[in-house]
Amino acid sequence: MDKKTKGALIDPLFNNNPIALQVLGICSALAVTTKLETAIVMSIALTLVVALSNTAISLIRNHIPGSIRIIVQLTIIASLVILTDQILRAFVFDIAKQLSVFVGLIITNCIVMGRAEAFAMANGPRLSFIDGIGNGLGYSLVLIIVAFFRELLGAGKLFGVQVLPLVTEDGWYTPNGMMVMSPSAFFLIGVFIWILRTYKPDQMEKE
Amino acid sequence: MAHSTPYTIAFAAGVSIVCGVLVAGSAVALKPRQEENKMLDQRKQVLSVAGLLNQGEALAPAEINSRFDQSIIPIVIDLKSGALAPDIAAATFDMQRAMKDPATSESAPANDAKVFRLPKHALVYKVVEAGETKGLILPIQGYGLWSVLYGFLAVGADGNTIQGITFYQHGETPGLGGEVDNPKWKSLWPGRRAYNNAWKPAIRVIKGQAGAPDADPHSIDGLSGATITSNGVTALVQFWLGDMGYGPFLGAVREGRAI
Repeated sequence: MDKKTKGALIDPLFNNNPIALQVLGICSALAVTTKLETAIVMSIALTLVVALSNTAISLIRNHIPGSIRIIVQLTIIASLVILTDQILRAFVFDIAKQLSVFVGLIITNCIVMGRAEAFAMANGPRLSFIDGIGNGLGYSLVLIIVAFFRELLGAGKLFGVQVLPLVTEDGWYTPNGMMVMSPSAFFLIGVFIWILRTYKPDQMEKE
Repeated sequence: MAHSTPYTIAFAAGVSIVCGVLVAGSAVALKPRQEENKMLDQRKQVLSVAGLLNQGEALAPAEINSRFDQSIIPIVIDLKSGALAPDIAAATFDMQRAMKDPATSESAPANDAKVFRLPKHALVYKVVEAGETKGLILPIQGYGLWSVLYGFLAVGADGNTIQGITFYQHGETPGLGGEVDNPKWKSLWPGRRAYNNAWKPAIRVIKGQAGAPDADPHSIDGLSGATITSNGVTALVQFWLGDMGYGPFLGAVREGRAI
């Protein structure tokens, strides 16, 4: 793998994380992270959509008229999202039910649109695909970390399996009610950004 | 790069056609599978509220269907009179659709469950064991805090003893109102009585803890931190047990008519 490809794949994880550095895609990071299972399915769905939309847009980037650039990108993204939603509903119905509208809302996820406009319009299809996978993984990383703590502390479970016995079921763990509410995702993302920027001070904003 | 207007229009049309074909194609191709999933999910919910499916038991689709066909008989009833409506095929009757269609529904009088339209007919499920009716499963729905809760209430053949409750779709706060899904809370329902001595709906979710079913037959423990969802459950259960809901049907059942 040459340096540029590697950069496109690895950079979005820590150096240029779409959630932690660019603070995009926060909405779904709050909504689908109460459980690991839904967070992982959402991560896969988003990663595939970014990768495929980047590829498709990159393939036709030299032919898209500038005046209708954004709407063409959006049409492609929306089609891919609908396709993903249909597939989820056909094959993993239970999870699709829990994700409800949030798969559809990938359309409005700024990460997808941002990568299409900032990267795919200027790079070849192979590199754009890698960039999509990389950014999807960067999003996934944050989502899974947040979901891990929310499910563990909020319900005492991991992947739906009870790991901390609850007081209500004669155990010792009192679940933290705030963890199941959306604001806790903000706190967790905040802590993630804090840790990341302590290790990589160059990500700090200039005062 | 500047493009001419005809090129721009042609490009837009081309992208639209390709995307349209993709979306429509996938929707059509996957529809049978999705419909099957939906039906299986409904059947699973019916089986679980009937006590024929254990918590966490995973069944293959064929098993769900065979278990359903073995002990569940869907019947269509006339909601107002409580009588059976044998001229409507139960296998194809869609109660949610009937509720929305002006031809098969009417606007409901103001009620606490915030049910806006009432269907003329309803789909209920008979639980049969060795030819004998063991219970009735009634679809219920109503507003909680954030969302409409959709579920089933299972009532014994006496039209009064509750056998179970389940909600298969809702958007209540996880961990608070979302605890309507908690198996422990749902297990508080069986054995309680739906109606009081005057045959008015009496079952309700109270604040705090209820007594044993024998001593305190009409109360269910409240969901802590979810007063509005608890009140919503009370409202919707009482609405569907009342005169506008399955009251006439359950009355007919008690008198030995209807089933």
